[in-house]
Order: sequence, then structure tokens, then C-alpha cells
Amino acid sequence: MNARQPTTSLPPVVGAYRVIPLIQEGASASVHSAVAGAEIQESLGLPGALVENWHDKAIERLGQLVKQRRGLRVFLDTCTRCGACTDKCHYFLGTHDPKNMPVARQDLMRSVYRRYFTVVGRYLPWLVGARDLDESMLDDWYTYFHQCSECRRCTVYCPKGIDTSEVTMAGREILASIGLGQQYSQEIISKVRRVGNNLGMKPRALADVLENLEEDILDETGVAVRLPLDDEGADMLVVTPSADFFAEPHVDGLIGYAKVLHQAGIRWTFSSTAAEAANFALFSGHHGHLRELAMRIRLAAMDLSVSRITIGECGHAWRVAYSFLDTLVGPLDFLQPGHTRAEHICEVTHQLWCSGVITLDPQRNAGKVVSFHDSCNVARGASMGDRPDGQFTIPRALLAASVPRVVEMSADTTRQKTFCCGGGGGVLTDEMMEVRIKGALPRAQALQAVVRSDQVTHLATICAICKTQLSTVLPQHDLAGVQVTSLHHLVGDALLLS
Amino acid sequence: MNTVETDHEGYLRRREDWSVELALELAEADGITLTDAHWEVLNFLQEYYDNYEIAPAIRILTKQIGKRYGQEKGNSKYLYELFPRGPAKQACRYAGLPKPTGCV
Repeated sequence: MNARQPTTSLPPVVGAYRVIPLIQEGASASVHSAVAGAEIQESLGLPGALVENWHDKAIERLGQLVKQRRGLRVFLDTCTRCGACTDKCHYFLGTHDPKNMPVARQDLMRSVYRRYFTVVGRYLPWLVGARDLDESMLDDWYTYFHQCSECRRCTVYCPKGIDTSEVTMAGREILASIGLGQQYSQEIISKVRRVGNNLGMKPRALADVLENLEEDILDETGVAVRLPLDDEGADMLVVTPSADFFAEPHVDGLIGYAKVLHQAGIRWTFSSTAAEAANFALFSGHHGHLRELAMRIRLAAMDLSVSRITIGECGHAWRVAYSFLDTLVGPLDFLQPGHTRAEHICEVTHQLWCSGVITLDPQRNAGKVVSFHDSCNVARGASMGDRPDGQFTIPRALLAASVPRVVEMSADTTRQKTFCCGGGGGVLTDEMMEVRIKGALPRAQALQAVVRSDQVTHLATICAICKTQLSTVLPQHDLAGVQVTSLHHLVGDALLLS
Repeated sequence: MNTVETDHEGYLRRREDWSVELALELAEADGITLTDAHWEVLNFLQEYYDNYEIAPAIRILTKQIGKRYGQEKGNSKYLYELFPRGPAKQACRYAGLPKPTGCV
């Protein structure tokens, strides 16, 4: 681990994996996420611009948060600066900016917390690294709390289990409360509240897409597979990221879900009011919005009288659905016994395959050599099925059943130790492209290695953000030849359909 | 000279501000001269937006362009040749539509 490489500028050079870069102060200080406009902030009940007494307001909000969120206080109190996290963040490895070391990112808040909320920090700030919340600190908060994808890889390596994402989320929540919301996340949250999904697709637009896809599947397979919207007689509500209705390669995954559910004879539906699994309030840190967005799913399920809820391929949606849905909007006791929690589409498909209801033929994907990218919120924020490591084994079992050859990337970049795609947590916006490209470096290096050794052709994943981010930035890492794909695209192509 | 209001990425804030001249100007700034082939796409985008209040999914765009103007045009390679920075984003900007935002 002693090897060092000189600092590089854009695009990052793909080199040997596990190289700790020399630090470069301020290397990504100029990459700013756009600040939300007044109209959007105000629509969310937040100030439209930086408030005059921002210092006092921010400290007051920080005080409230450390009282309300015990985890946050523990995380701010317990760091011993052991350094175990320093080289575990993809943004640090890619940008070389020392403020992107997890400990340094946390310290932006920790030093302020000490200054205002600890006895020693109040009287002898120099002794404990306590700092005022001044303008330069505020700038650093905004910049570096938005260069974190809240992926929690650093947490896995922290001997105290300190969760940087809790610090980042609290930081963003405080910033938004004084008028500095992030345009990308706040605009999306505002759209979900108005229209029901991130993209702002109204029911007519959704219906048009679904109709077009039904036509495409019929043309391609000769089988009339339905993609129903607001079907009141359905047993299963499928809630998926709206990118699945819109973007490539996502939409092929959506077709995969429809083929599987058709073949299993399940009567299912999408909902026009809950045509979005994603919950960007997890990124903005606002618990009120988190609950409000999650509530749409409960209400849609009740309106349509379904007995099961299934979540499509979306990383943080699954974290919210698996880990928080019950506490946010539960209990979901109106669902069918045995299905009283939201289920992941991979669990559903896996169960159908294990019980012989559907058949998968890997030869239908002949020629494909596939690697699997674990999405951070699935890998570290949830599980799947009834085994503790189901979030790793279930997608892999489906992949192995669907393609002729699977190749794993290096073990310290997969499963619990997976590297973020570089676009999670609200970073997937164009003005962040420099940080997105650099942050994808560790993932790209691990992928590059298996492309060289095993001629990997495809990278499968189960998150809308990962799909967009990786298909956008991998070409910058000399990986244009690798096709990023939805796991359910491969499953749908392998499925014997009738 | 008239000025129009755009967001931080250069997308029009108000669709009413759009004009053919503006589209030509925006494209020219990127070194692109808009031809009939470009206008087929821009006109379709505007028509779709007027119907559905959102830009079409790429898959629908390619399919409909293929249906209307010939199968050789119904693929994303063709659209990327016309709009190298991505048909969804770049073409939407010239057509005066808001940028689709989400996990896309």
C-alpha cells in the first residue's frame, strides 16, 4: 500500500488498483453543485436564498439535529482520527483532494459541533480543533457535503462504525434550511410532490411509453406482454425509478420485469401517482420529505387494493423500502400475509425461478461475459430475501442463471466493499461531471482488470443511478467497449417466454 | 438585442421565448449548422412535448423518427451523429424544452 502516484488532471489515468494518491489541497474545491433557485426552495417550505442570520440559524439547526439524531451525535463524538477511512472514499482516490477523505469531510461538521456544543471547544477551541462556522467553512460545507455520494464504504472500514452519510445528510439538511439547497435534489423532490415522479412524467406520458413498449415486445417476441398502469384488479404494485420508463439502458430492465411477471401469470400494475421508487429526500436529508415521498407508495398500494409491493432496480429506493418503509409509513399490514414488506424485483424473480415457475436459458445470452457491480445502497443499506447476505447472492444467482459466463471483480471492490459508481447521493448532475468521472476511477480500475483478464463485455447492475453514471463515464476511463446493462435485461432475454 | 432567461445549463426557462433564430444561434455556438435532418428531430421533440409535457424517452424518439422519416434514421447512432452531446439533452436545449432531470 506504499506505492504512490503523481497527481493527475482530467481524464484520470487508469492505473494499477490500490494506489493511494498524494494529496493535492483544494483539487476539487472549484466543483460546485448548483444551488437551488428560490422558486424550488420555497415550494418545499424552505428559504429561497441564504438568510441574513444564517450563522445563528445553522448552529440552532445543528443543535436540534444532534439532539434528535443520536447517531449523528455519537458519530461526531467518537472519531479517534485513526485514519482507517482515509483511502476508502472513491472521491478522494479520484480527486486527491484531502477534504474528500471521510474523516476530513466529517471534521467539517465535527469541528463546528465542538466549537458550539462542547465545553472545551467553547473555551479552548485550539485544543480540540474546534472551529467557527464562518463564510469559508460554510463554503466548504456546501462543496464537500455535495462531493459525497453517501455510499458508506468508509463506514465498513471504520473501527467505530461512523457513518459519514449521516453527517453529510445532516449537513445538507442544515444548508437547505438556511437557503442553500441543492438544485438537483430539491428540484426532483419538488417534482415528485407535484407530479409523482422524478422526471415529471404525467399519466398520459407514462401510458404512451408503456403502450410503445408493449408494441416493441410483441414485435420482438410475438408474445403480448402487458405493462399495465393503474389496474385496480392487480395483485402486485410495481414501483420503479422513473428512469426505467425513460432512459437507456434502464428501459430494457423494465421490459425484463414485465416479461418475468407475465410468464409467472402475476396480475400486476404500475401506479401513476407512485411511478417513482426513488426518494431523493434521503439525499437532501429532510426527514419530513422522506416520509412524504414514501407515503405515496403506501397510498397507491391501498388505492389499488394490491396484496404485494415490488420495488424495481433502484439502489437508494431499496434502502428506503427495505430499511425504513415500515417505520416511515407502516405497518403495511393491509398486504397479503407473507408479503407485508416491500419486496425487491430480484427477490420476486429469484423465488419464481427457484420454484420452477419461470425458466432461464443462459445460452440466449451467448457470447456475453458479464461482471456485476454491487450498488452501494443495496450492498450496505439493505438486504434481500431471507438470508443475511441475500443482497449479494440473489442478484448473482439470477445473473449466473441468465448468462453463460460471470466474472467477479476484485473482492475488495465488490459486495460490502463495493465502490460507488461515482454518481450516487445526488451527485448525478452535469455540473458535477469532473467529480463524477474522477470518482468512478476505482470502479473503472477494477473493471479494467477483468476486461483485460477475462474479456468482460457487460457490466450488470440494479440501480438507475449506477446505470446512467457508469454508461456516461466509463468511456472516459477507456471502457467504452463495456456495455452497462440492467440485470433484468439479461434475465428477460434469457427467459423462456410464451 | 433580445435576451432570454435560461437555467444554469442553458435551457430556456420559458418555452415562449423559443424561436427558429434562437435554435440556429444556440446550435451555431456549438459549431453545428442545423439541417433538415436536425429539424425533423427538433420538430418531433416539440410536438411530443406539446402533447405530453415532457420530452420523449430516447427509445420513443428513435422509434418515431424511424417510422416517420425512414428506418435508417431510427437508431441512436444516427441521432448521436446529429447531436453529438446526446439527442435528449442537446436537442432538447435547441428545441427550447426543459432538460429531463432525474436518474437519467
